Amino acid sequence: MYIMVFIVGGGLCVIGQLLMDLTPLTPAHVLVLFVVLGGILSGIGLYQPLVDIAGAGATVPLLGFGHALVTGTIEDINSFGFLGIFSGALKATATGIMAAVVFGFFMSVLFNPKGKGG
Amino acid sequence: MYCLSDYNFAKGDNMPNEKKNKQQDNKEKMQQQKYQSKVDNVTPKPPLLKNLCWAFIVGGLICSLGQFVTDYFSGLGLAKKEASACATAVLVFLGAFFTGIGVYDDLGKRAGAGSIVPITGFANSIVAPAMEFKREGYVFGVGAKMFVIAGPVLVYGMVTAFIIGLIYWVRQ
Repeated sequence: MYIMVFIVGGGLCVIGQLLMDLTPLTPAHVLVLFVVLGGILSGIGLYQPLVDIAGAGATVPLLGFGHALVTGTIEDINSFGFLGIFSGALKATATGIMAAVVFGFFMSVLFNPKGKGG
Repeated sequence: MYCLSDYNFAKGDNMPNEKKNKQQDNKEKMQQQKYQSKVDNVTPKPPLLKNLCWAFIVGGLICSLGQFVTDYFSGLGLAKKEASACATAVLVFLGAFFTGIGVYDDLGKRAGAGSIVPITGFANSIVAPAMEFKREGYVFGVGAKMFVIAGPVLVYGMVTAFIIGLIYWVRQ
């Protein structure tokens, strides 16, 4: 399992690196592209098999974030119908977004950038 | 080079003069080519392969760490989904913390996409600008600059989810 995690996770990062080195895309572009790509792959049913094979290797890269948004949406559409389009995505990713904003806030309050004094 | 010839073309009234300029142009071009080839010999090859190796190894390690944490939470009796969510929170915390103490950006210089593509890079993209712009205040500095990169990611992620959800709902 860990070998697949490593290979898939590393492989996705290599794709990101190729995009950054060989095209004029910035890291921000690559992140946006990966989220959208993960969502689309998930929508056409190609990403879930990868998650089944590689676990965190597929969910930890940002493609997995797009995948979580889309699977959450589809799940909620199945249970609540049309409303699910609006409720599902953030429900599925709530932990990640909440953690990112809250931890991000506290860390940036606590620490200062390097080389600019305590 | 092309600037010069463009200029002459625009002027374009004096034939001999233009010819002269063209010859000069060619001479310069050849000199520049020679210089370029010399430069190419001296400068090191673009470290693409090295970058790719770093991205692969660091990215793979971060994902393996994610798997390890997920397995740990599964071992505590959490369902697959909850375990995965907890692991995400832990990775986000680690990414934010190591950005705070300045280690993550040092790693990023070598690892490139290996440290950007995983969810820890998402946390990094929140903390780094927030810290940087703290002196602009807690509302317009920390609060607003936090989302310089994370904002677009969330916007396009949500729009994608919305469109795919809509398509799924219509086809149902």
